[in-house]
Amino acid sequence: MTSNSPSEKRLEELREQAWKEGVVPGKGVDVAGGPIPRKAGYYGQPVVKPPVWTWQVPLYFFMGGIAGMSAVIASGAIIFHHVDLARGAMWLAAIAGAVLSPVLLIMDLGRPRLFLNMLRVFKHRSAMSMGAWILSAFGACAVPGLIALELHAHQVFPGTFGQLLRIAAGTFIFASAIFGTLLATYTGVLLGATAIPAWFLHRTLLPIHFGTAGLGSAAALLELLGHRMAALNFLGYYAAAVESALLIWLSVDKHGVADRAIHEHGSGWLIRIGEILNGPLALVLRFFSFVPFAGLSFLIGALISRVGWIAVGKVSGSDPESVFAAERY
Amino acid sequence: MIGEGIQSTNQRKHSYVQDRVEVGFFTDPSVCIGCKACEVACKEWNEVPDDGFIWSGNSYDNTGHLGASTWRHVMFLEQDRQKGNQVTGPMGLPGDPQSEDPFRWVFLSDVCKHCEEAGCLEACPTGSIVRTEVGSVLVQNDVCNGCGYCVVSCPFGVIDRRPEPLHDAGGAFKCTFCYDRQKSGLVPACAKVCPTESIVFGRLDDLRALGAKRVQQLQQSGYSDAQLYDPTETSVRGIHAFFLILGEPEAYGLPPKPQIPTIYLKSAWTSAFATAIASIIVTLVAFAFFS
Repeated sequence: MTSNSPSEKRLEELREQAWKEGVVPGKGVDVAGGPIPRKAGYYGQPVVKPPVWTWQVPLYFFMGGIAGMSAVIASGAIIFHHVDLARGAMWLAAIAGAVLSPVLLIMDLGRPRLFLNMLRVFKHRSAMSMGAWILSAFGACAVPGLIALELHAHQVFPGTFGQLLRIAAGTFIFASAIFGTLLATYTGVLLGATAIPAWFLHRTLLPIHFGTAGLGSAAALLELLGHRMAALNFLGYYAAAVESALLIWLSVDKHGVADRAIHEHGSGWLIRIGEILNGPLALVLRFFSFVPFAGLSFLIGALISRVGWIAVGKVSGSDPESVFAAERY
Repeated sequence: MIGEGIQSTNQRKHSYVQDRVEVGFFTDPSVCIGCKACEVACKEWNEVPDDGFIWSGNSYDNTGHLGASTWRHVMFLEQDRQKGNQVTGPMGLPGDPQSEDPFRWVFLSDVCKHCEEAGCLEACPTGSIVRTEVGSVLVQNDVCNGCGYCVVSCPFGVIDRRPEPLHDAGGAFKCTFCYDRQKSGLVPACAKVCPTESIVFGRLDDLRALGAKRVQQLQQSGYSDAQLYDPTETSVRGIHAFFLILGEPEAYGLPPKPQIPTIYLKSAWTSAFATAIASIIVTLVAFAFFS
């Protein structure tokens, strides 16, 4: 049986040559996948395993960032008596953080029915365990916080109980803001503390990126939902400025082969497009007062860069040369 | 132990689990014949499903790499250098001095390293991965919910999540060190079946002594590039299934300096806390000055 594959053709050529000249030039047969390994490591096989995570995880990073930082904005709004904004932000926090995030995380599990096993142990040395507890604590504060805030805002219970509700709302919302900042940033630790070279080499950058992208996304989404305020605009400026700085940091702090997944391949393009959308472009659009477009650009950029970082992990984890090169750092 | 026949620890019944003795594997490619009996024995005993029948074209290795359904993997290295004093002879026409072609074929049975400081064990959020009485690292299949965090936390790329539609899909799997056999005083299946005792099972301290002796022996008989692969100097602090290798570890897909990812936690969390505090301050500033 003859095949038309290039390696079969090359073999056929070599046979012809051997028949005519009695010798094959060069060092043995070097067809594709031939005997002496020409690829890095062991036949180019991955040294570490690339992540098995699918689309749910980057979407969860996006949702968790919005939810966590919405609770922070809600706290600020409550302190400065913007009740409408606080209500909008707490609705975001509760929907994204207590409903969508857990659903996405459970969907990503290999055995979703066993999701409660996440709360079997508390391991501070495992970012995944900490994340499960942070998300649980966040949900346990954001939902009652939202309920208390809504009951208080609608004056359902007058008198002393109404006052108690006010205190409860404040306490739960402040607590959810504390857990919220951790919810938005721990995902950077989750990726940073792994054996994937392009991730652990940027373990300082990742929490800053994820946290700031969360803050900017929460502000942008609230703006798009009609809460046009100078304070949110300021947060939008801040987030886009930090993201622009991170884009510069990423392009300066290169580690050659070790983190080439960030600068090459499709994964590199995702990172670049994401960072440009939520960095410089969002900044410029906001400067020219195209606020809704700036917000939209930031949100899309934040989502794309999350997808990009997971893609980077897949490329980097499958690349044996990156793993060997990263050991120098 | 090599040459001891049925007297070796590979064939004897033992009570290491009951006695809480640290045990390990010492895998020696200089006597491996590449028969893959270890792969087969492992699959049969542990009922590990097949993970595809693919012709890789990489020497006689169609297994590829360790994974959820491959707990022993025999590597076939074809290298253009000499193996000990082995003479491969000229490869071209007689009398042609250019045709001298040093060649060696090295087989090494790879396995989970059962690290002293195990990345997968630290990463597991369910407590499914535990350390056993004999010092091995074990995944409790009924507890694992398949979060996949151990997969990216293993510096050796050993553990993986088993994909659909395989039996028991969704959970993370790797070598169990035949914990079930060991509890009954039996030797792990791969070591039991290894015909040349390239895989030696026994007490860890005995094996370390044996490994050092074997390296010395090989170096004296012409294997100048023989060395032990046991990264005790890194944060992994040594492995319980260690190897003798010929040449550099990279060629075997083994990282020369593996690190447990928990060493990155401090800087990552510092950055996370700083970002968290900055976000709160910036939000308060935004509301205080811009409303």
